[in-house]
Amino acid sequence: MAEVIVVTSGKGGVGKTTTSAAFGTGLAQRGKRTVVIDFDVGLRNLDLIMGVERRVVFDIINVIQGEAKLNQALIRDKRVDTLAILPASQTRDKDALTKEGVRQIIEELSRDFDYIICDSPAGIEKGAMLALYFADQALIVTNPEVSSVRDSDRILGVLQSRSRRAEEKLGRVKEHLLVTRYDPARVERGEMLKLEDVQEILAIPLLGVIPESESVLRASNTGTPVILDPESVAGQAYKDAVDRFLGEKVPHRFLEPERKGLFRRLFGGRAA
Amino acid sequence: MRWLDLFRARKPAQASAASAKERLQIVLAHERIGRTREDFLPKLQQELVAVVARYVAIDPNKVAVNLERGGDMSTLEIEIELPGPQAQRLEAAASR
Repeated sequence: MAEVIVVTSGKGGVGKTTTSAAFGTGLAQRGKRTVVIDFDVGLRNLDLIMGVERRVVFDIINVIQGEAKLNQALIRDKRVDTLAILPASQTRDKDALTKEGVRQIIEELSRDFDYIICDSPAGIEKGAMLALYFADQALIVTNPEVSSVRDSDRILGVLQSRSRRAEEKLGRVKEHLLVTRYDPARVERGEMLKLEDVQEILAIPLLGVIPESESVLRASNTGTPVILDPESVAGQAYKDAVDRFLGEKVPHRFLEPERKGLFRRLFGGRAA
Repeated sequence: MRWLDLFRARKPAQASAASAKERLQIVLAHERIGRTREDFLPKLQQELVAVVARYVAIDPNKVAVNLERGGDMSTLEIEIELPGPQAQRLEAAASR
């Protein structure tokens, strides 16, 4: 049986799709058969972030409505061969995404994959509810910022009350905190919530901290999951998070501001 | 010469923004067409499979559709796996 992992946050723009792409790619690089599903029906974006936008033929709604077989809609990644993507539909109405349809897709994918990553849309509407409904585990993507932390707390409540595991009393969804866009220099100056503060408020186990990094925009520009950029600190932090997820003991990195020498202070140059 | 690099503020631009623009132009051009016209791909596939099925017994699961959208040209690749003579004979025997 596959593990179903939802990547969720409540708030938009915190890095759910970046995380889904990087985390899914990381698991696949470790040899796990991994599929990433875009649940943002109406506003497909995972395909762009993963660089497969030119290859989309069918989408999740085509599969639910019987117009295409699941394996026809899956896009196999050309860089990592154990990775596949199921795109969201763009034009159809959201009501086409049904619980029963999603159940069947997840059941069928469970036979061929080890991990099913559900990239949730922002908000707590239907798409977001269905993305988390079948989850066994959840990555809570949170920025060190007040509205993001509050929305994450909201989503944690939803996971505990309205997921399949909650409804069928199958035991708790396993929650992981992933703090993204963390800027240690601003934390040091007291301008940004400290990691410890976010952890204290949300009180769920920390999986990783992804530092703010210019390489994330570069990765999205080129459609390359940031974990495939070995020089990127964000990519390295995602890799650490994947390793931790798979049970390895990896110390947290990038939590302290980078000490710049005089030369770099004068001539610029930011975190890779 | 390596030391000359010192005079450059940064490495030469990696031009990822240009790549972003090109990717967006291609994908949006296709999506804008799609907005005014219904997506014909599912129907095209169903009809093609129906035509082939009139002649050969095919497994709908063994129809692969691949698309690569480009700026000037796109390629649509439909791969239909036809059962070999052995499988067909077995099927004929089973349906008798």
